[in-house]
Amino acid sequence: MRYSGWQVFKQGLTGNKGWSKAWRSPEPKPEYDIIIIGGGGHGLATAYYLAAKHGLTNVAVVEKGYLGGGNIGRNTTIVRANYFLPGNSEFYSHSLKLWEGLEAELNYNVMHSQRGIINLFHSDGQRDAAARRGNAMINQGDDAILLGRDEVRKMLPYLDHDNGRFPIFGGLYHPRGGTARHDAVAWGYARGADSRGVDLIQQCEVTGIDSENGKVTGVQTTRGPIRAKKVAMVAAGRSSQVAAMAGMRLPIESHVLQAFVTEGLKPVIDNVVTFGMGHFYISQSDKGGLVFGGDLDMYASYAARGNLPTAEHVMEAGMTLMPMLGKAKLLRSWGGIMDMSADGSPIIDKTHIDGLFVNCGWNYGGFKAVPASGYALAHLMANDVPHETAEAFRLDRFNTGHGIMDEEGRGAQHNLH
Amino acid sequence: MRIPCPLCGDRDHREFTYKGAAVALDRPGNSDWSDDWDSYIHLRDNPAGDTDEMWWHGAGCGGWLVVTRNTVTHEVKAARMAADVKGAGA
Ligand SMILES: Cc1cc2nc3c(=O)[nH]c(=O)nc-3n(C[C@H](O)[C@H](O)[C@H](O)COP(=O)(O)OP(=O)(O)OC[C@H]3O[C@@H](n4cnc5c(N)ncnc54)[C@H](O)[C@@H]3O)c2cc1C
Ligand SMILES: [Zn+2]
Repeated sequence: MRYSGWQVFKQGLTGNKGWSKAWRSPEPKPEYDIIIIGGGGHGLATAYYLAAKHGLTNVAVVEKGYLGGGNIGRNTTIVRANYFLPGNSEFYSHSLKLWEGLEAELNYNVMHSQRGIINLFHSDGQRDAAARRGNAMINQGDDAILLGRDEVRKMLPYLDHDNGRFPIFGGLYHPRGGTARHDAVAWGYARGADSRGVDLIQQCEVTGIDSENGKVTGVQTTRGPIRAKKVAMVAAGRSSQVAAMAGMRLPIESHVLQAFVTEGLKPVIDNVVTFGMGHFYISQSDKGGLVFGGDLDMYASYAARGNLPTAEHVMEAGMTLMPMLGKAKLLRSWGGIMDMSADGSPIIDKTHIDGLFVNCGWNYGGFKAVPASGYALAHLMANDVPHETAEAFRLDRFNTGHGIMDEEGRGAQHNLH
Repeated sequence: MRIPCPLCGDRDHREFTYKGAAVALDRPGNSDWSDDWDSYIHLRDNPAGDTDEMWWHGAGCGGWLVVTRNTVTHEVKAARMAADVKGAGA
């Protein structure tokens, strides 16, 4: 069924009885050309582009829970292309361009809202760094505007501009940045993949990866074995466990990242605002909730919930930046498991097993990457060569030392990126 | 989460800084680059369950500890001084 304003109108008048299911729930077939392990944003986007761009439709996405139940449904939905290093820069630039055409491409309202992102700075040194980053973004063909004190004051009058510890000197404004409805992105890709013949198999956990003579032959699952010519591991926070089934150790440590939302309020925050010095960022959802978050809890974790000290720290930072926040009531908090890589940048590559691919290391920035990541992995799986925007995301860069992409210069400690 | 420091007793985890898996105790002997170095610096078992990790008691005794902790439940099972663990040939 094609979605349109007319359909909404017609279905509204006829009791909404004419909507069909957005995707099927097929039984797994004994064999596929391609199996994608993990039905998050990246897995679903990969399946979609395999079908839509490469005509490969004998594909299954195998998901242990339900579609959109992982990080894709837990993130704070910020979409931006303000990366600095070559390798990352062109990739996120490509992703943002895909975002800009995504709703038309998928015939699905992912509520992509380019409301602009402002990264605040609080010293002369930070201003220089912001200017440098802005220039890198402009060189990449994206947009960046360096805002002075007065401009930020005008755009974001509700901040504590004269804070004693962190007075606001200005901000780096990225107008094309913004937010999107996180689970709608998963649903849109799922529907697009399904309608082209991809089987989306939920409640099916992969428990083993089979190979013979160095070539992948299929997977073991809680619903029986499934054979496949090619397999991709796209399991985000669970990547290490899945890769271990293929005898691999990844340069990944999993950490919990928390997020928070207040009760619905009238429109008050128009953009996305980040306060790096306080590890705090905030935006307002279309429903009215103030959505905000901070840094990792900082220790390895597979609990999809965080600890109170981090929650307290995030609230303190929020109150420091915008004291009005204290009037809002906090509704919920939650956590997601982040695949933190050793240099803070992702991996989209082949493995030592022929036909087995890996996509991981998204840290806490993998939502914006969903379109370009699926695009690049589908390209790699279909053509056996990396897509030009993702050539730098090699698995062997850690061992060879060539092409390490440590955006923030933090060194090889996984949780510091 | 509270960590039982062998010197200071049970303390709030905010007094400690997490470093990572306790691989730090197994620094490769040879200074030439090899897979061992890649493994030491980058690769991790990253288990969902019990694991040994390094924590530094910065707001206490200043000692390095090896903490055995469950990454799913966050239950802290044991903490030993890193020097003792290393000395025991870990
Ligand atoms: C609180 C929070 C805030 C965030 N904010 C942002 C943000 O503002 N901007 C941004 O760009 N990014 C953000 N992120 C990061 C982003 O959400 C992730 O990087 C991204 O969603 C990860 O990729 P995914 O969608 O494929 O992961 P997931 O949705 O986690 O998909 C992985 C899937 O694999 C499945 N799986 C795992 N093991 C198996 C198995 N053995 N068999 C079958 N299936 C398996 C899981 O069930 C899961 O559904 C945030 C994350 C969190 C938690
Ligand atoms: Zn101590």
